[in-house]
Amino acid sequence: MSTSTTAPQQPVKPKARKAKELGSVVPMTTFMWLLAVLYAFPLVWFLLSAFKPGSELFQYPLTILPENPTAAGFEKAWDRFDFMLYFSNTLAVALTTTVLTVFASAMTGYALAKYQDKVWIRIFFVCLLATTMLPTEVILSPTFLVIRDLGMYDSMAGLVVPSILTATGVFMFRQYFVSIPDDILEAARIDGARETGIFFRIMLPMSRPIIMTLAIFSFQWRWNDYIWPLIVVGDERKFTLQIALRSIVGAENIDWPLLLAASVMSILPLVLIFIVFQKYVMNEDINAGLKD
Amino acid sequence: MTATATTSQTPAGPRARPRRGRRAQYRLAPLALAGASIVLFLVFFVWPGGLGLIYSFTDYSGLGTPEFVGTDNYERLFGDPTFYESLTRTLLFALLSVPLMYVMSLSVAALLVSNHTRGKTAAKLVFFFPWLISPIVAGVIWRWMFGESFGFVNYVIDRLGGNPLAWQTDPDLALMVVVIAATWGGTAFNMLIFIAALKNVPRAYYEAAEIDGANAWQRFRSITLPSIAPTSFLVILLSSLGAMKEFAMIQALNEGGPGTSNVLLIQYIYETGFQRADIGYASAVSMVLLLILLTIALVQMAVNRRSA
Repeated sequence: MSTSTTAPQQPVKPKARKAKELGSVVPMTTFMWLLAVLYAFPLVWFLLSAFKPGSELFQYPLTILPENPTAAGFEKAWDRFDFMLYFSNTLAVALTTTVLTVFASAMTGYALAKYQDKVWIRIFFVCLLATTMLPTEVILSPTFLVIRDLGMYDSMAGLVVPSILTATGVFMFRQYFVSIPDDILEAARIDGARETGIFFRIMLPMSRPIIMTLAIFSFQWRWNDYIWPLIVVGDERKFTLQIALRSIVGAENIDWPLLLAASVMSILPLVLIFIVFQKYVMNEDINAGLKD
Repeated sequence: MTATATTSQTPAGPRARPRRGRRAQYRLAPLALAGASIVLFLVFFVWPGGLGLIYSFTDYSGLGTPEFVGTDNYERLFGDPTFYESLTRTLLFALLSVPLMYVMSLSVAALLVSNHTRGKTAAKLVFFFPWLISPIVAGVIWRWMFGESFGFVNYVIDRLGGNPLAWQTDPDLALMVVVIAATWGGTAFNMLIFIAALKNVPRAYYEAAEIDGANAWQRFRSITLPSIAPTSFLVILLSSLGAMKEFAMIQALNEGGPGTSNVLLIQYIYETGFQRADIGYASAVSMVLLLILLTIALVQMAVNRRSA
């Protein structure tokens, strides 16, 4: 599958047809950009509002651009809201989980792809498939009790360990390893390589694009996760960003300048990652893993 | 690194040759590779699932010993109007948001692969951007847009001479805002799935149809839709399951308000289980929701199979 983002090359067409095509280019392009503006506007409005001083936020008539741009909200978020603490909590959890998720998913995906002659492997595959339809978020209280009984409540381990295994991650790798011909595996076996050696020395390095994509996905999942930290963490010093943001929204009187600024700051790391690793994120092929 | 190095792991057989080490390896390697995941699966899926099923028949409150109460929780549940309210609201939300999500992500994807649009690369970035936004921040963004006395939407309505709408205090309008926010947030990922599917539809089909005089709509209905049917199925299934467990975004958008009118099932489970510590009852609700999710998945699979 080739997925160049530019339009596919068109063969030369008769003049009449070209003119007809141009006639539909204008309305369709307009329509597409109209939709794009609709999707972008809430975000733009939110971003610009974060730079408005508190008095201007609720002052009619509203202006799109801030009249007196200020970073007061950001300063407040930094000083009074303890942004750095929540930020580093979230970063630690997201990074640790991502590394573990990539390893666990790669190993499991490989086992599911290359040892399909084993009955238990096929059973485990179906079990994982079932978790996409029967997610744990649904059974909140028992999950909380399990975490508590394991002594993981209010700990880093409680935030990391339960979210390592994701069906999507495993299926992404499985899909990739299924597409790798068995000949490579057989050749390595004949050369006397150990099974696990084949995986770590040959297969894992080959799957670099999947590793990158899943790492970014996993980081986004964990960075933006709300429900796990909500049930695992009770101590305010251990809050992740999402929980901390929720606590501002939940207040009796919402401090909008603070909320807007803190929210803007909370999305910056993902924006940065997205800008750098765009090709891994917006690659349509990766979703193949979901289609099984 | 030779196979003989591992022969000690296997019991000596009558034909204890180096090959037996390879066979033992072949048996053990998948277990070594998938072992961690199997343990995680058992501890964080099977154990809570089983526990939930057991607790749903008890009066457990998190402390002390759970007392077996038979089907008490389920009887209470089916006689509880707040549960029905929450359930119907969740189903209504899914019924409204899934079709909207489907239409929006397919339209955007179709525009992004069309030969008749310009600036596709930039537009794709714009449409994909909401994927980066967490449900909580998405809730904040839309709460800000639809504020009753300060929101941009009411300001525009006011400017155009209309009466500002009660986006926060009218239950149905509040649900509309939730539907819009959910669609906005979910379009990006579904759009990617659709783009991949649309690019795989053979171009020759369209050219042949064009020669036969089919217009754009006819081509879309008779070629595109049937060709991407498996993808449509996937998107609808995932969106339905996602809609049934919507929680975080609403927490930031209106906390299920006004009042409790938009408390969807997960929030209901959270509140009964954690705020009222009624774990037995909350587990019973969880079991019912699991059953609903399973039914949705099975029904959609059956429909998909029949139409295929």
